[in-house]
Amino acid sequence: MTHAGVDVLLRELAPQVVGAVARRFRDVHGAEDAVQEALLVAASRWPDEGLPDDPRGWLITVAARRMNDGLRRETARRRREVTAASSEVNGAAPASDDSLTLLFLCCHPALTPASAIPLTLRAVGGLTTAEIARAFLVPEPTMAQRISRAKQRIREEGARFAMPTRDEWPGRLRSVLHVLYLIFTEGYAASSGARVARSELSAEAIRLTRKLCASLPDDPEVAGLLALMLLNEARRPARTGTDGELVPLAAQDRGLWDTELVAEGVTLVSASLPKGAVGEYQLQAAIAALHDEAATADDTDWPQILALYGLLEQMTGNPIVTLNRAVAAAMVDGPKAGLALLEGLEERLPAHHRLDAVRAHLLEMDGDREAAIANYRTAAGRTTGEAERNYLLTRAARLAPER
Amino acid sequence: MKYMLLMNYAPAGPGVSEWAADDVKASGAHMGAIHKELAASGELVGAEGLTGPEAAKLVTHDGVGAPVVTDGPFPEAKEFLAGYWLIDVESEERAIEIAARTSAAPGPGGEPTAREIQVRPVMGGPDREM
Repeated sequence: MTHAGVDVLLRELAPQVVGAVARRFRDVHGAEDAVQEALLVAASRWPDEGLPDDPRGWLITVAARRMNDGLRRETARRRREVTAASSEVNGAAPASDDSLTLLFLCCHPALTPASAIPLTLRAVGGLTTAEIARAFLVPEPTMAQRISRAKQRIREEGARFAMPTRDEWPGRLRSVLHVLYLIFTEGYAASSGARVARSELSAEAIRLTRKLCASLPDDPEVAGLLALMLLNEARRPARTGTDGELVPLAAQDRGLWDTELVAEGVTLVSASLPKGAVGEYQLQAAIAALHDEAATADDTDWPQILALYGLLEQMTGNPIVTLNRAVAAAMVDGPKAGLALLEGLEERLPAHHRLDAVRAHLLEMDGDREAAIANYRTAAGRTTGEAERNYLLTRAARLAPER
Repeated sequence: MKYMLLMNYAPAGPGVSEWAADDVKASGAHMGAIHKELAASGELVGAEGLTGPEAAKLVTHDGVGAPVVTDGPFPEAKEFLAGYWLIDVESEERAIEIAARTSAAPGPGGEPTAREIQVRPVMGGPDREM
């Protein structure tokens, strides 16, 4: 088997193995470290020596052995418990359940997203600490420390390696979806960092959400989140021009959009909406689907999008949604209607570059060139995204009088 | 969010080379403790202290002739960069909190130096690297 093939297989198996070992030893922290070591051994041996008969069982056995080695160094009392526990390891429960439990644990609401994200990528995604550090452009020891703090926090919370109870379910699932969504947007928005590493994050988020969707096929919000990711991912090839500059939705070459991803996303969201429990991810996916299904920018069904943003605003109260609704309102009822919706948003989005950028765009639509230029420039000064800054400055320059 | 905290030399009083040994030690301990905490929390991306103007050079080049290299002049101490921290934190509030602690580092006689710390959001890296 090739190195790449082994890599794919190991990442697939990693959460199952961590789950199985963690459940038997009742120690996620230790299991995670032990499995990382087992994965390293496998990655270095399997490409040359070939796969063992039962790769998953092999990894569990090796990781369990490492756990025992580690624990043996502690106390004799602990050693007796471990011998008993390790003998049970091979009678593990269904692997997918363990991966799911692990995902819920890593996205525990007690963790901040900045902690939950790397922990999830490492323990569930099977990425190495070095890979995660590279994706977030921090040194490896910094990321290692962050992951270790996250695990410590979970221990302090006394979080158990068990699926959430019925009462906990909605809140816990919301945390999981939020973390997966943030991993995706981290790779998609590319607010910082080299794109090559960032797009891997989006791909990883999609892979994990696919698995979650397979485990929870009846949850419409899980399907909604997957649809949202696919419908955005479909546009990635058209989002940047030849020089890496940002291309806004209206100007994108729609021929570059990935039609398979669009079709899959549309199917998912169309199937989930009628199930009744409409949530924010489904609404966002429905909006993305309306954009993706328009053959040209002019064909966009803005009245429908405006209505969906209205629902989303009621549901979330998120001022960024209001910003997007203002854009839709401008497309339906003219720029003045959009500008009216921006009134009073400054307080809720202080010094936020997106507010200035939307205002600039609507002022430009309204023919107020000078005010548009000023707002584009303010937005450019406030964004931390280099590509976005260049885009905003280009818009301003295009409007500025010829010198 | 990544931030760069830029620290200039103390605005007033003697330069660090004229401080009492204990004051230098206390200042070092204060900065060392912050460094250690940031490393342990996984917030530290990098940090360096810089030498003073005595060891610094100014380089300019018009792209045609030979580069011009001089020993100065450099701005006054309070505008001269003494060191930086590059941190990756949850929020601007946290960046400001860390900056405030570095500003309050003790100087001569244990008095806080109250150096100005610039808190600068880091621009995202180039989008075009792929």
